[in-house]
Amino acid sequence: MPILKFIARRLGLGLLTIFAVSVLIFLVTQAFPSDPAQAILGRETTPEALDALRQELGLYRPAITQFSSWLFDIVRGDIGKSFVTQMPLSEYIAPRVGNSLFLMVVGAAFSIPISIAVGAFSALRRDKTFDKTTSTVSLVLAAVPEFVMGTGLILLLSTSVFHVLPAITLIDAGQAPWSDLSGIVLPVLTLVLAVTPYVSRTMRASMIEMLESDYVEMARLKGMSERTVLVRHALPNALGPVFQVIALNLAYLAGGTVIVERLFNFPGIGSALADSVRARDLPAIQFLTLMIAGVYVLMNLLADVATVIATPRLRTSLK
Amino acid sequence: MSEGLRIVDLRLDVEATGNDIVDQVTISIAKGKVLALVGESGSGKTTVGLAVLGHTRRGVSINCGQVYCGDTEILSLTESDQRKARGHLVSYVPQDPSSSLNPALRIGLQLREVLEAHNFGSSDEARKSRIREMMEEVLLPTDDDYLRRYPHQLSGGQQQRVGLAMAFACRPSVIVLDEPTTGLDVSTQAHVLATIRQMTSKHGVAALYITHDLAVVADIADEVAVLYAGRVVEQGVVKDIFTNPAHPYTRHLVAAAPDISGKKEVVGLSGRAPSPGKRPVGCAFASRCELATPECQDSFPKEVAMSASHHVRCIKVGQVAPVLLASKGASNVRDQGSPVLEIKGVDAGYSGVTVVHDVSLTIRKGECLALVGESGSGKTTVSRAIGGLHREWTGTMVFNNVELQRIARQRSPENRRGIQYVFQNPYGSLNPRRTVGDSISRPLAIIGTDKSEASKAVLDVLEKVNLPGSYANKYPDQLSGGERQRVAIARALVSKPDVLVCDEVTSALDVLVQAAIVDLLSDLRKNLGLAMLFVTHNLPLVRSIADEVAVMSEGRIVEFGPAESVIGDPQQAYTKSLIMATPSIERSMR
Amino acid sequence: MITSPEVEQIEKPSGLLRTALRLKRTQIGLGVLIAMIGLTIVGPIIAPHSQTEFIDMPNSLNIPGALFGTDYLGQDVWSRFLIGGRSILLLSMSATLLGTTVGTFLGLLAALTKNKTDEFIMRIFDVILSFPQILLALLLVSMFNASPILTILAVALSTTPRVGRIIRGAALSVVERDFVQAATALGESRIRILFSEVLPNVTGPLLVEASLRFTYSIATIASLAFLGFAPDPTAANWGTMIQENSAVIVIQPWGAVLPVIAIAVLTIGTGLCSDGLSRVLAGIDRGGKGE
Repeated sequence: MPILKFIARRLGLGLLTIFAVSVLIFLVTQAFPSDPAQAILGRETTPEALDALRQELGLYRPAITQFSSWLFDIVRGDIGKSFVTQMPLSEYIAPRVGNSLFLMVVGAAFSIPISIAVGAFSALRRDKTFDKTTSTVSLVLAAVPEFVMGTGLILLLSTSVFHVLPAITLIDAGQAPWSDLSGIVLPVLTLVLAVTPYVSRTMRASMIEMLESDYVEMARLKGMSERTVLVRHALPNALGPVFQVIALNLAYLAGGTVIVERLFNFPGIGSALADSVRARDLPAIQFLTLMIAGVYVLMNLLADVATVIATPRLRTSLK
Repeated sequence: MSEGLRIVDLRLDVEATGNDIVDQVTISIAKGKVLALVGESGSGKTTVGLAVLGHTRRGVSINCGQVYCGDTEILSLTESDQRKARGHLVSYVPQDPSSSLNPALRIGLQLREVLEAHNFGSSDEARKSRIREMMEEVLLPTDDDYLRRYPHQLSGGQQQRVGLAMAFACRPSVIVLDEPTTGLDVSTQAHVLATIRQMTSKHGVAALYITHDLAVVADIADEVAVLYAGRVVEQGVVKDIFTNPAHPYTRHLVAAAPDISGKKEVVGLSGRAPSPGKRPVGCAFASRCELATPECQDSFPKEVAMSASHHVRCIKVGQVAPVLLASKGASNVRDQGSPVLEIKGVDAGYSGVTVVHDVSLTIRKGECLALVGESGSGKTTVSRAIGGLHREWTGTMVFNNVELQRIARQRSPENRRGIQYVFQNPYGSLNPRRTVGDSISRPLAIIGTDKSEASKAVLDVLEKVNLPGSYANKYPDQLSGGERQRVAIARALVSKPDVLVCDEVTSALDVLVQAAIVDLLSDLRKNLGLAMLFVTHNLPLVRSIADEVAVMSEGRIVEFGPAESVIGDPQQAYTKSLIMATPSIERSMR
Repeated sequence: MITSPEVEQIEKPSGLLRTALRLKRTQIGLGVLIAMIGLTIVGPIIAPHSQTEFIDMPNSLNIPGALFGTDYLGQDVWSRFLIGGRSILLLSMSATLLGTTVGTFLGLLAALTKNKTDEFIMRIFDVILSFPQILLALLLVSMFNASPILTILAVALSTTPRVGRIIRGAALSVVERDFVQAATALGESRIRILFSEVLPNVTGPLLVEASLRFTYSIATIASLAFLGFAPDPTAANWGTMIQENSAVIVIQPWGAVLPVIAIAVLTIGTGLCSDGLSRVLAGIDRGGKGE
């Protein structure tokens, strides 16, 4: 099966990228900072404490040994324990992964259908009122940083203007995120507003290109109904480029949400990373960054495979 | 004879400005007949073709006129009735089948959906057998495996056959064919043309055949309408148009078309047709016409009947000089110049796959050698290797007694100067961010010529290619295609080369511009003693320009000799079939 | 064949900017951007108080002489607002400039070499692109320090591959065109082909991408400050201000509202500019295709 060979090849490339990513993370967190132990403990500490931490980090070993043992442990499934709480990291991270996944699924469930519909519809209504309005709105939404948009939403919906929603999520990491639905409205809304413009703009551009293609004109000249022209001829071809953007945004929803989770105090991996950075919890930082980067690589891989499967010309030329 | 298609007083406008793209177009075609709508790019022929189906491109609207397909007037139908008429009553065959077939759908489905959309055939089984019938008529396989293929798995000729099958599927009474053979090799073209001819007459379909290629017109059409700047300037049966053109523009078109059946001095014409919004009140051709007098500018000429079937819009009828037909003139006996470039045993390829085998050629001073072949024959690979643009080749090339290195960067400045390359597409070969003067003087700057001397040289070569010196300050975007190609030639001339490699230099140009460029190249060769390698797929053109011809096929030279004898009396089967497949005005008129 | 009758003459080089300025959105965007730059230049001069001066009780409103009251520490909100844009703007401009320059160079190089160099550059880009932009910047700044130089480097590093990929894509289609072949046949050096044949023909996408990257650099740098990684944590900075004052938003909204508006207006301004540019660019592309 050529497609399996393609996936295998693409997977190999992905693993190579992940390996390079792990090298980069290790260099930035452990090898290059002049003394990670000092960095973690800060200035007011004792030489003994420093020494103990250096031992624990294995900083007296050669860098290459430090790196290989770190990576090997992770591959084995042992992600170490937190410096701050001394608890196994897996206990800290596992529930947060679930929470972030929930946020991703809910965010995607709203943003993807909306953005594809908005994008396709504004392509059909090109340069009419609907298109102009949505293009201006998505321009504004795409430009403003998430934390500014989130704060704006808090100001609007959680303070004196319209006090309808809580400003922060009041659930614990172990609690199911749906136990406080009103608390996740704002984070989800912020994420949806942040993601939608990208997907809908790509959809619009791609759809316009298809609508102007020779074969859509030909379908019209063959006397196809407008419905068939759109659903059978334009839409499937327009979705190709959108896969890539959807994948990138799913990855963003899964791990790039440091700011939004932090802003709303949502207990996911994004805020876990922000907390770890603040507490200088090195093993947590290393693992969380690697995981988030891994999700990005995986999503890109899925998008590539989906594109190939959905495009006969690419699919049939696989060897 | 009943009428198949009748277009009455059709006008289409650019929506934004209200300027007309085409105006006063009146054409009628009988059932089973083919009318060719001839015009240069920008003349509005596709716009007319699409309007026959009631369709316009974005930003274009139908201002007035009627289109009758049989008894049905298309333009006054409701949108949904127009949709029902398209593909059923009147169908369309597009210019580029590779982009007009949906890449994501199997061809079987694309054929079936036309039948389904128009409720053709009473059952799936009936439709299936209709598809098989159509495939058979256009000479394609009818098995299910073939119908499950995607468009990209078909060759260009096969794709166009699918397009034809689709167009004829619902037995329309009118069909519009928009340059359906552009981009196909001559042998494929000959087959597609034969299929079109056979199907239109068999099914009694009125066909509007849009093209710029006069030889194709002579081959396929019964009647011709000549479109210039959006107006039909002459209309008549094909014989009248070619042997007795009454409009000066038509006469120029015929005079500019090279012909495979004889040596013909092609004559070009300068200037270009005015675009929408810049068209005069009077005759649009007046500014380029040698017969023009002030009254030509007063109003658009009334139609004059030359005979019952031959109409022309020109007030100078009767003053137009007759067309010179091609003569089977003897081959010019010339002094053999000394060899400038000798190629021996050249093999060339791409990433290890050899596509050119054992090519040997000699180009002499003042001589034009044409390298002819269909697409994929390897002719461009050879010319690029000579120009130092292709890395993968072996063998020897000797230029002025010095052996050439493989790529341009390794060659000596003297060798680089001596061999200059002119590219196919004048829209791509000039840097759009540089002025014409900058582009031309660049070769001089590289060898360190000082500025004032270089700008003198620029004016000098601009004059040689018949462009005013003021063009040095223009950007390529401000020039027409023909002017750009002149600039590209000027850039090649500025370093005073010995050999000019011309790679399909006229294939992107309209026929009048092509003739003018061929004219220019012949003059340059005579006046400067240039040796020229003229790479082309256009056999008729070879007869007008070349002294010697090398015919390439599948990477090998299959026939070589003086142009007159190779084309007039080919010895090899391949050359014979190529020449037979090439349409000819002369042959069709006989 | 219709050869786009509306587009008679395509713009000359540098015409992109001029044409874009004829669009209303670009005019508004540029106006806003100039106004914000003006604010960050004049603001610190006209600020009534210094950025760290305690003028009254924390979170007070209605203080004479302090239009927007005091923040959570008792500093003047108005003064901190006036001062707090300068470092964001300076850092993001520098980071954009650096990242775009390096990215353009690598993108052009990759497009022209089309071999192992290209492959290598693209793989490096892939690695950097595996990190969300904010994550890479956060990692670097938190592990070393949030000094201005490091902040610029961190943001520029995450900008480089994004610009590089766009430029490579644009340059690949230019490299295929015959005028580059013509220059090769004349024996022009590679570096000269890169800078005088290819680069001038990718200025359109380059401008669009640079303006887009500027918008995201502003967002990233403000976000870093929001997470507590401003070059100087005590100094006035719009990002820092939002973080500090959002907890007390109910009693003293101005400390968060003013910087929220400022950042929103600034990024919308740059966004409008890049949108105007990309619209014109798309228009030119269409005009060119009609030929």
